[in-house]
Amino acid sequence: MELLERFAAGDLDAFEALFRQHQKEVYAWTVRIVRDRGIAEDLTVETFWRIYKSRARFDPAAGNFRAWAHRIATNAALDHLRHSRRETELPDDLASAGTADPAVRRETRERIKQAFFQLPAKYRLVATLALIEEEPYKNIGEAAGISIALVKVRVFRAVRMLRKKLNSLGVEVNAK
Amino acid sequence: MSNEENNKEMKKLLKQAIAPAQETELRRDLWPQMLRKLVEQPAPVVSVPWFDWVLAAILSGVLVFFPGSIPALLYHL
Repeated sequence: MELLERFAAGDLDAFEALFRQHQKEVYAWTVRIVRDRGIAEDLTVETFWRIYKSRARFDPAAGNFRAWAHRIATNAALDHLRHSRRETELPDDLASAGTADPAVRRETRERIKQAFFQLPAKYRLVATLALIEEEPYKNIGEAAGISIALVKVRVFRAVRMLRKKLNSLGVEVNAK
Repeated sequence: MSNEENNKEMKKLLKQAIAPAQETELRRDLWPQMLRKLVEQPAPVVSVPWFDWVLAAILSGVLVFFPGSIPALLYHL
């Protein structure tokens, strides 16, 4: 029996094989969304836990395990974003901001982060992947289970919300 | 300004504050952690919704109190 069929039938060895094949990829995808190694590791395990629980719904003949795992990983990361506030500290090894004064630059960066973390989870997800990670819309849509058109709409709305928020925080962003 | 230009401008601004993830390499095997979770929380056996139990109880009651309905039920099955 094929690996996927064995997995769908509940074979733990097959699940372990799939876990080992895909854990790196699932982790890499998740860490780009949540931006924290420890949380990404936990979410990778959570993703495979969800995969294992719903194995009976996976159709080995028609299914693409990689795409399915990506979808579940994205949902797990989205759930995390929904329930987390700004505990996740972002790395500070960043490109320089426009102004020369380091204090002002730091302040501006903080405000940008603040505005970004206040985005609703589903907008933060697409904004992270599309604007920061520059992931193609097609990949984002597939992973989030939405159309490319909806990805574009969410990016557009996220940008609009960010602009509004940044302006209210005193960070100058050009009007549309 | 077009959407594309809006996005470009926002990308530039965001990247001043939030760098793209640099290290996305998994540093350790997560299987032991996965195995612990599987042991601690075994996947639930298929759960039966409460209303299914209610329906089963009602049906059992009908069959017990009105045994004459059994042939009718069998006929319709």
